[in-house]
Amino acid sequence: MIRVVLPHHLRTLAQVDREVALSVAGAVTLVAVLDALEAQYPVLRGTIRDQVTKERRPFIRFFACGQDWSHEPPHTLLPDAVVTGAEPFRVVGAMAGG
Amino acid sequence: MSGVRVLVGTRKGAFILTSDENRQKWDISGPHFAGWEIYHVNGSSADPNRLYASQSSGWFGQLIQRSDDGGKTWEPVGNAFAYEGTPGTHQWYDGTQHPWEFKRVWLLQPSHTDPDVVYAGVEDAALFRTQDGGQTWQELPALRTAKGHLWQPGAGGMCLHTILLDPTNPDRLFIAISAAGAFRSDDGGASWLPINKGLVSPYELPDADADVGHCVHGLAMHPSRPEVLFMQKHWDVMRSDNAGDLWHEISGNLPTDFGFPIAVHAHEPETIYVVPIKSDSEHYPPDGKLRVYHSRTGGDEWEALTNGLPQSDCYVNVLRSALAVDSLDSCGIYFGTTGGQVYASADSGDSWTAIVRDLPPVLSVEVQTLP
Repeated sequence: MIRVVLPHHLRTLAQVDREVALSVAGAVTLVAVLDALEAQYPVLRGTIRDQVTKERRPFIRFFACGQDWSHEPPHTLLPDAVVTGAEPFRVVGAMAGG
Repeated sequence: MSGVRVLVGTRKGAFILTSDENRQKWDISGPHFAGWEIYHVNGSSADPNRLYASQSSGWFGQLIQRSDDGGKTWEPVGNAFAYEGTPGTHQWYDGTQHPWEFKRVWLLQPSHTDPDVVYAGVEDAALFRTQDGGQTWQELPALRTAKGHLWQPGAGGMCLHTILLDPTNPDRLFIAISAAGAFRSDDGGASWLPINKGLVSPYELPDADADVGHCVHGLAMHPSRPEVLFMQKHWDVMRSDNAGDLWHEISGNLPTDFGFPIAVHAHEPETIYVVPIKSDSEHYPPDGKLRVYHSRTGGDEWEALTNGLPQSDCYVNVLRSALAVDSLDSCGIYFGTTGGQVYASADSGDSWTAIVRDLPPVLSVEVQTLP
């Protein structure tokens, strides 16, 4: 299972704890994880990426294994540690606003 | 016993204030959607327990929430707002053309007759409608063909912030956009006319009486007389007696005719309310005195209503959607401020009390009169 850590407001919205577990069929890419997340929690559609363009929202960042994956192409494969569940995939609300 | 439910949207959540018809003791619930910007909460007149809320965030985008029990519980509904076809472009600050980009929902206006039908005014300016209780939203794209390429964002963004539905004619709608102007449809939204003749904006527009481009802040009508419209423009309070075909100024003796909201008394179609603000550079009441003004003559002659409102050192603003009236026999008037106060008057504005004083900045106030 893929472990995904969500920021506070998205946890409240999806009515979940800090971390959710997802099953991803096939290659574990950025887009596959986000597709699985939105399929399991439809209320999150539009909150992480644009509903129409599917682009990451400007103040959302993706981290895993100590690296920033926010600017990687959607079909980038995530590290084995995320695939095996040893490490979580983190969706982070960027610090902004001063 | 009848009562009222005041629906308050703030920068950090929604609040619901309820009282019986005396409007002296209030029950306050909230924050609902804590930490999110709630631009608007509105209820269906066809089913008062059906509420809709616009929930948004600079981080997480737009959500729409629906309640079927008067705001006790909520469920998220559809939040896909896709412009119809190729979105096209509008005028940008530097005079170039800029693509339409959805940002947020400013206003939700349920139909008078069907709780599942709701109109949504969005930024960048467009009108959407749901016919399935918010599950799906479709644009009424003809509006953006009404010289949309000339519309330009105001300081608050290019928002469609006002929607008036003619209660006597389901095909007639009025909307207002900052800073594009007012528009009318007589065919259910299939086509639109700019209705800005008589508006004059010498400080804002190179062509002071242009067809579009006027910074309309708010519109109001009385349901018994929907051809009479009142407008708070950036500067000037205006009136039209022919559904917007022609406007004339009714600012009269107001201390300043800049402001944001405007409302009509529930039982007196010629009694209107505004909250004058010093200027477009100084968004607070003149002289530090929070004064609602009413005209009982349909404009021109105005009188300050101050009893119970702070008359010194008050520097809050009242935003365009933050003034509303109930329809109890003794008409109630309500408004919220950027300082977090929600004031209520149970006697048409003669006296005021604060229902709450320390909410986050208030973005919108709506009132439901409950049976």
